[in-house]
Amino acid sequence: MVVTALEGVLALVALAPIAIALGASARASSIVYGACLLLTLALGILALLVLLGHASEPLAVTLPMGLPWLGAHFRIDVLSAFFLVVINLGGAAASLFALGYGRHEEEPQRVLPFYPAYLAGMNLVLLSADAFSFLVSWEFMSLTSWALVIAHHRDKDNLRAGFVYLLMAGFGTLTLLLAFGLLAGAGGAYDFDAMRAAHPTTGIAALVLILALLGAGSKAGLVPLHAWLPLAHPAAPSHVSALMSGVMTKVAVYGFIRIVFDLLGAPDWWWSLPVLTLGAASAVMGVLYALMQRDLKRVLAYSTIENIGIIFVALGLALAFKASAMNAAAALALTAALLHVFNHSLFKNLLFCGAGAVLAATGERDLEKLGGLIHRMPQTAFVFLIGATAISALPPLNGFVSEWLTFQAILLSPQLPSWGLKLMVPAVGALLALSAALAAACFVRAFGIAFLSRPRSDAARNARETDSNSLAAMYGLAALCFVAGILPGLVIDTFAPVTELLTGARMPVQGTIEWLSIVPIAESRSSYNGLLVFAFMAVTGAFAAFAIHRLASDKIRRGPAWGCGYPDAGPLTQYSADSFAQPIRRVFGTLIFSAREQGEMPEPGSILPARLTVRMRDPIWETLYAPIAGFVGYAGERLNVLQFLTIRRYLSLVFGALVLLLLVLAIWP
Amino acid sequence: MHGITFDIAHMLAGSLVLVSFIELYQDRLSALINTFAVHALVLTASVAWQAYVQDAPHLYITAIIALVFKAVIIPVSLRRIVVKLGIHREIDNVVGVGLAMLAGIGLVALSMVVMLRVTAEADPLAREDLAFALSVVLLGLLMMVTRRNAVSQVIGFMSLENGLVLAATGAKGMPLVVEFSVAFSVLIAFIVIGIFLFRIRERFDTVDVQALDRFRGERR
Repeated sequence: MVVTALEGVLALVALAPIAIALGASARASSIVYGACLLLTLALGILALLVLLGHASEPLAVTLPMGLPWLGAHFRIDVLSAFFLVVINLGGAAASLFALGYGRHEEEPQRVLPFYPAYLAGMNLVLLSADAFSFLVSWEFMSLTSWALVIAHHRDKDNLRAGFVYLLMAGFGTLTLLLAFGLLAGAGGAYDFDAMRAAHPTTGIAALVLILALLGAGSKAGLVPLHAWLPLAHPAAPSHVSALMSGVMTKVAVYGFIRIVFDLLGAPDWWWSLPVLTLGAASAVMGVLYALMQRDLKRVLAYSTIENIGIIFVALGLALAFKASAMNAAAALALTAALLHVFNHSLFKNLLFCGAGAVLAATGERDLEKLGGLIHRMPQTAFVFLIGATAISALPPLNGFVSEWLTFQAILLSPQLPSWGLKLMVPAVGALLALSAALAAACFVRAFGIAFLSRPRSDAARNARETDSNSLAAMYGLAALCFVAGILPGLVIDTFAPVTELLTGARMPVQGTIEWLSIVPIAESRSSYNGLLVFAFMAVTGAFAAFAIHRLASDKIRRGPAWGCGYPDAGPLTQYSADSFAQPIRRVFGTLIFSAREQGEMPEPGSILPARLTVRMRDPIWETLYAPIAGFVGYAGERLNVLQFLTIRRYLSLVFGALVLLLLVLAIWP
Repeated sequence: MHGITFDIAHMLAGSLVLVSFIELYQDRLSALINTFAVHALVLTASVAWQAYVQDAPHLYITAIIALVFKAVIIPVSLRRIVVKLGIHREIDNVVGVGLAMLAGIGLVALSMVVMLRVTAEADPLAREDLAFALSVVLLGLLMMVTRRNAVSQVIGFMSLENGLVLAATGAKGMPLVVEFSVAFSVLIAFIVIGIFLFRIRERFDTVDVQALDRFRGERR
């Protein structure tokens, strides 16, 4: 089976030169995206078969490539199968969307060759079963996505985004390289089976944990390693943004799970501390950043950081429970994390596709220039609303289920033996609750400003509904969000083999529970039934609508709206994205972003406009990244002297280096 | 190999190090060139002795190359260059003789420590030989660093090469082609640097490398 999967990946790689050969011809984008759609669908179905237990041999294969004494190991197990499903589902949706959206691309030859290669890279990371092929595929994935980020290279901001991304990707790979090096030990056992068999000492394990958290976290966008993400994700073409945000961050989550849960062996209780801390910080900071943004795609990118935070909180809980031998609780937390991985890939893909459709229709990403699109693009507005509801974790959609399961896991924390965790987990839970509420506000703002109200620009006024392929992709994702929301038990049962592999336990079998409810631990404690919630909402909603239409007057009356006494209320006098965010900015932003508002009121009688200026600073960039950048610049300036030495001094440098190395050799024990 | 043959090889290699030291404190160019000729002669003797001991006739060719090029042609032409440039009485030293000698002693000690540690299982002659060769290389580098005149830097470079040849012949079974390449590299270096000297002289009326730095507008 792994061979078939590899053949699929090879076909994706082979698409890249075909795309180059096709160039910018009219059919090129249809051919490439169509082929990507079919291949990712096939790979996804293959992986689903493995996940459902219909795997056929061989599941592992060693190819004579890569390091000569190692070879390239590839393997498919339930964990990689689960992530393969997520990735190829996302890839298929993005490809379908791109069948329509790709036609708006100005320079398709800059996108088409890298797109299938990028998909292939992500698949290869999941199939790799030794450190060398893992890192090579990881780097391949980074580089192809970097090429896609700078596809619109004429924009200076995109180039800067690409630069920051490249730096952070290099940093991430470096830490993963070190992590694998420590895992492999002095013997250099680089295949995963050998790493799993070896038991690292406590100190080494701690180092590996930190390095894996840094490496995978920088790719996933954990605060404070997220700096590249809100720059790079919006810079790429929208279907690639969807893949990067919805799918590639999941590859990073996979890397973390693979190293920490699978390769590193039995955890200590304190392993969960850094994971929980960074996860909670990402959740809150991500959503606060998202609320402050005006750029629609950047809002979505920051919201990805929030969701990654939620996933890492659930993973941290799973680690804590696993270390305390509470396997059932660990399975619950891990299921919550996996379910959120799955759900987030669905609705983030959907939302980025929606943002892409808006971008294609209006040419605008700035929320302050959108508005009223629900009249112009009713179908896009509908699916975007579903995505926004799902990501805001409102029942009966899927986002609610995974966040609810996470909170169920948090509620189990008093049973943990360690006092540190007993005190910390409720605090993390409070932060998570705060971020969930803020996320809802964030998406009310995004949807309300972009789709409701009156158009704020001509571009928004003249927007057209997007094409049928894009709509099909978005409807498909919305339908999956809905199904996963009302039938979560089905999805949870599908994941059970993964939790069994990693925690040795699973959640109770959900398929046998009556009325399609889900129960995290036992029916006596808590249960949730998405179908029932949906039925209730549908019935009460229908009843209310019926009652209003029947009992109240059903005549439509049109009249002028009261304009607060102002004669001409232009579109710019409406509630804006900034004004929506103002209360939250005043509560949180003053402290975190040191936001300062400055009002400028003209004298009475003056015809100058009144002004309100808001200044915000990015605390993480200024305290963490700017000093490092400054130091590198300073060191570069100092070392520049080395370019202009005399011949004798160069010789002295060589001589000194030689003597130093010989001294080291002489002194080394 | 044992007894007298070992002792003679040891003595010749040791003399090469000794001559390197002598080079180090020659601050007049003509004396330096003479010492370099002696250096090459000792090398020739050492290589020839190795050829005899190892019963490797191709090493005689190496010895002849060393004799003809390094002991005769190069010193003679360098002397002519120096006389032509009128700098044969020039004194050239950046650091004092005492300091340079101390540094040289330190380097020899370092190379002994390193080589004797690293090659614990090797053939004793090869060990000693390699340690001496490394000393010669390091002393040549030291000379290049402590001199300012281009001619003495050339000589430092070529005594460094002598050290390499010593190392190459000390190890058994070194193919001839390597020695040829070493000899040719020396020759090419000599030609290139010789041409350089004249060009520098034409432009700046001196072969003091400092003049070049002044020309580039460097701060010292």
